[in-house]
Amino acid sequence: MTSGTAGNDDLLERVLAGDHRALARTISRIEDRAPGYRELVAGLYDHAGTADVIGITGSPGAGKSTLVDKLAETYREQGKTVGIVAIDPASPFTGGSVLGDRIRMASTVGDMDVFVRSMSARGALGGLSAATTEAVTAMDAFGKDVVIVETVGAGQNEIDVVKAADTVAVLVPPGSGDSVQTLKAGILEIADVFVVNKADREGSDRTVRELREMIELGEDGPDASPDAGDLEERGGWSPPIVETVATEGEGVADLMVAFDDHQRHLAESGDGARQARRRHAEQIRTLLREDVHGLLEEELAARGGVEELAEAVRRGERDPYAVVEELLEPLERRLAEREAGSPEPPR
Amino acid sequence: MSGQAQRSIRCLVAKVGLDGHDRGAHVIARAFRDAGFEVVYSGLHKAPEEIVQAAVQEDVDVLGISILSGAHNTLVPKIMDGLAEYGAKEDTLVLVGGVIPEEDRPDLREQGVAAVFGPGTPIEETIEFVRENAPERR
Repeated sequence: MTSGTAGNDDLLERVLAGDHRALARTISRIEDRAPGYRELVAGLYDHAGTADVIGITGSPGAGKSTLVDKLAETYREQGKTVGIVAIDPASPFTGGSVLGDRIRMASTVGDMDVFVRSMSARGALGGLSAATTEAVTAMDAFGKDVVIVETVGAGQNEIDVVKAADTVAVLVPPGSGDSVQTLKAGILEIADVFVVNKADREGSDRTVRELREMIELGEDGPDASPDAGDLEERGGWSPPIVETVATEGEGVADLMVAFDDHQRHLAESGDGARQARRRHAEQIRTLLREDVHGLLEEELAARGGVEELAEAVRRGERDPYAVVEELLEPLERRLAEREAGSPEPPR
Repeated sequence: MSGQAQRSIRCLVAKVGLDGHDRGAHVIARAFRDAGFEVVYSGLHKAPEEIVQAAVQEDVDVLGISILSGAHNTLVPKIMDGLAEYGAKEDTLVLVGGVIPEEDRPDLREQGVAAVFGPGTPIEETIEFVRENAPERR
């Protein structure tokens, strides 16, 4: 295996030719931010854009992996190829993680046309959502008909991640009204479809009713949601509620109909284009942040590291504002110099 | 470009075959995680082709196979052949853990297994081995 950027063209060709190992390695390079990965992704962009991208999120234990497994199985029965990006949180302390979603994806085992990739949140600055979008692009370019992004709906980071998808399904387990209450924080806005999974359990009727009330409230009340603009932007799409029992495969067909409806809505209303623009804008911002962050780290390192500066502040010799101003001055100069090519390492 | 390469050692901890003893695999998965590795755990009772599928798709640096059923002489070659089929054999560090008789070990090595860790191996030793031998690549 060649190292560095030399293997990129070769890798790109192999991905486009349907080489599984090459796709796997491409996603690794994306995750690692390996040298030259951007050229690789740029090459992939030209071949992407045909896959249906679906995001699945929900609280831990809602049944996401099981549902994804059943979805993949059904898509395969329809003759479609499937890519799955499963995202698990990483420990912020060691950076390590145990990625266990594969365990519950057993229906399509041994079928290489279901490509499952586990990714961890490595705590990079907005890096996870960028890496997810790029991994989806790689699977898309590889030729997958459907790409599913699965993640725990636990925080802003995860919410950003599922924005890589055209259609987002939010799973709600039946039971306490609390489950619906907690969803309000940011998740109502991203759901294109609500899924009440484990619908055979007690309390599911109530959960469906509460969800319906919440959706209607969001639509009717002018002040009901601070994101009223978002609702308008949905172009009249009201998220349907689908009941499933993922372990039995019940309701999966209904869910796929809901996905198709939403995809059609995206195409007809122009929402799809709007969504794509927003996604690309976010990608551009993330890449910019990464670059600036990298330059800042270089600058910090060139000045003996942040520790030393922090110690100077502690001793009362400096104040943080002056430090930042001083650090940024050469950075701005550097940005101008970047026109010429990649940044030189610090002296 | 931004020079922020973030390399993390990726491992698949795999339980293959019919034995249901996953305590050891869990301990290893935990310890690897705490060592800062990214660990994909396969779950119990996996067939060799499932392990191959996971190892290839996840692009792991290290494949740790736990076998306590005594069927290593048939299961391991199947996995190694599968890896070779997808061009993943040379740059995956394959480890076998479990009850492996001394006389079977040279054969496993021959197959491409980098190391065999029997019962009682200190976990630090395994982690150290991974750190030192995880393939340099990309």
